Amino acid sequence: MKVLVPVKRVVDANVKVRVNADNTNVDTANLKMAINPFCEIAVEEAVRLKEAGVVSEIVVVTIGPKAAQEQLRTAMALGADRGIHVETDDEFASLSIAKMLNAIQNQEQAQLILLGKQSIDGDNNQTGQMLAALGNMPQATFASEVKVEGDSVIVTREIDGGLQTLKMPMPAVITTDLRLNEPRYAKLPNIMKAKRKPLDTVTVESLGVTLKQHQNIVKVAPPAQRQAGVMVASVEELVEKLKNEAKVI
Amino acid sequence: MAILVIAEHDNATLKLDTAKVVACAQAIGADVDLLVAGDDCSAVVDAAKQLTGVRKVLVADNAVYGNGIAENLGDLLVSIAADYQHMLATASSLGKDVMPRVAALLDVAQISEVVEVVSEDTFVRPIYAGSALATVQSLDAVKVMTVRSSAFDAVANDGNAEVVSLDGVFNSAVEFVSQTLTKSERPDLGAASVVVSGGRAMGSADNFAILEQLADKLGGALGASRAAVDAGYVPNDLQVGQTGKIVAPDLYIAVGISGAIQHLAGMKDSKVIVAINKDPEAPIFQVADYGLEADLFDAVPKLLELI
Ligand SMILES: Cc1cc2nc3c(=O)[nH]c(=O)nc-3n(C[C@H](O)[C@H](O)[C@H](O)COP(=O)(O)OP(=O)(O)OC[C@H]3O[C@@H](n4cnc5c(N)ncnc54)[C@H](O)[C@@H]3O)c2cc1C
Repeated sequence: MKVLVPVKRVVDANVKVRVNADNTNVDTANLKMAINPFCEIAVEEAVRLKEAGVVSEIVVVTIGPKAAQEQLRTAMALGADRGIHVETDDEFASLSIAKMLNAIQNQEQAQLILLGKQSIDGDNNQTGQMLAALGNMPQATFASEVKVEGDSVIVTREIDGGLQTLKMPMPAVITTDLRLNEPRYAKLPNIMKAKRKPLDTVTVESLGVTLKQHQNIVKVAPPAQRQAGVMVASVEELVEKLKNEAKVI
Repeated sequence: MAILVIAEHDNATLKLDTAKVVACAQAIGADVDLLVAGDDCSAVVDAAKQLTGVRKVLVADNAVYGNGIAENLGDLLVSIAADYQHMLATASSLGKDVMPRVAALLDVAQISEVVEVVSEDTFVRPIYAGSALATVQSLDAVKVMTVRSSAFDAVANDGNAEVVSLDGVFNSAVEFVSQTLTKSERPDLGAASVVVSGGRAMGSADNFAILEQLADKLGGALGASRAAVDAGYVPNDLQVGQTGKIVAPDLYIAVGISGAIQHLAGMKDSKVIVAINKDPEAPIFQVADYGLEADLFDAVPKLLELI
């Protein structure tokens, strides 16, 4: 069984980003970049399914600039077998990304598509669901447990009130939540090996999908800053302030 | 043209979030209809029709909609989309699950976590864990969006909307297996006016008992950082942050939480923030109105005594 894992290059989760001077975007120049944490969890899950003998091939795909090949190599160092790079310097709405991924899935015919529930830059949380809709596949979002049983997959999802378990036929789309697994660190020999794994570079045009512009970014602004607060010296002072100054208790 | 709001409920009670999303819809303008899709959900319909300013409540009451499965709920939404220029849901696990599907099937983009309405086609939404706010203009004919309910004030309950049944029944290949919902007598995280959250420093599930007592004394909800959830001290649905719940209560008390950007993303719009942490350098103090540098195991019991 084949698994397709789409991944994204994003600013590292530990880096604080700032809005640029002309308020058109965040300034990402010279920031440390990394594979989106949720995508990394998706790769790890695919690798675990392969180690368990359920999966035979893991294909990772990314849509992004030349440098995004680093993230494909990272995924291959973790255990993915080959990579597909749709090279582009343009930024796309989630729907366009989903259309491109759907075209790739039509070629690859994977049984399972595992991807992060959101990327920590746009925080959209859309691509997996859109891909499922376009490919007429069932979806299980926010997964914290994945079990393959025959032609079906059973997924436990983190929902607002607790946990929900769904069963669905494959091919299916699963988006990963934080508690699905804890990704391993790539070992040096595997990083070396990953450099020799096959990586195909293709253009957006070669996918044969029609894309359009859906949105204009009017501006990007920093959020309002909170007024600096005070340090209180004791619990007594805290309670006094909450009662008499803030009037919230 | 009109706006459709998808009601958030558990088949028995309508969530307060829906009244907040209706407020967002009213900021856009035009007539507002509500969709209640569920199973045996007449009590929800009764509550929904009272929301101020709602024109019609569309009801799809059928067992297939009982568990909020994205596939068939999405199909139901697409079947009525022609009547609407905007389709809004709460940015809840349900809204996030279903709205991107609806958007893709309609060949339009989806706008996530709207916090402000600029005009009928232009909206503000946070990106990068709230480090920036993007103002986005939609070029699509139908605007499909999820709304961050904490950014809007709920509408009142003096309406009396017309109720219309929908008879479309859509099935899906997805089978519901089971559900474990966290039972709690406390208010919903999203609806509480006080939230008491604990972090990694709580050290164990048992130690969370002192925060539960504090929450109960203040009539508030319990929350947690990701580290506390990952460690298994509390269930996943208590996580506050970029990838958990977004809250904006009158009072947020962060206990033994360092204040990582991903946590701040979920609570920094609270009216009053209190932080209790033994590290004076903890970043949580930068957003706190009242900071107390103390060991939580001394401070919280004392706090319990004094309030
Ligand atoms: C993709 C991604 C998404 C994430 N999403 C979220 C999210 O939604 N929500 C979230 O919360 N986090 C999220 N995180 C994790 C986040 O980065 C932090 O790791 C997490 O919030 C830390 O939790 P904490 O503050 O409880 O733990 P720590 O950072 O370990 O802080 C513990 C604090 O307790 C203090 N302390 C220790 N002992 C005591 C004591 N006895 N008394 C008082 N204070 C004490 C310490 O000084 C410290 O400040 C995410 C991370 C990533 C990468």
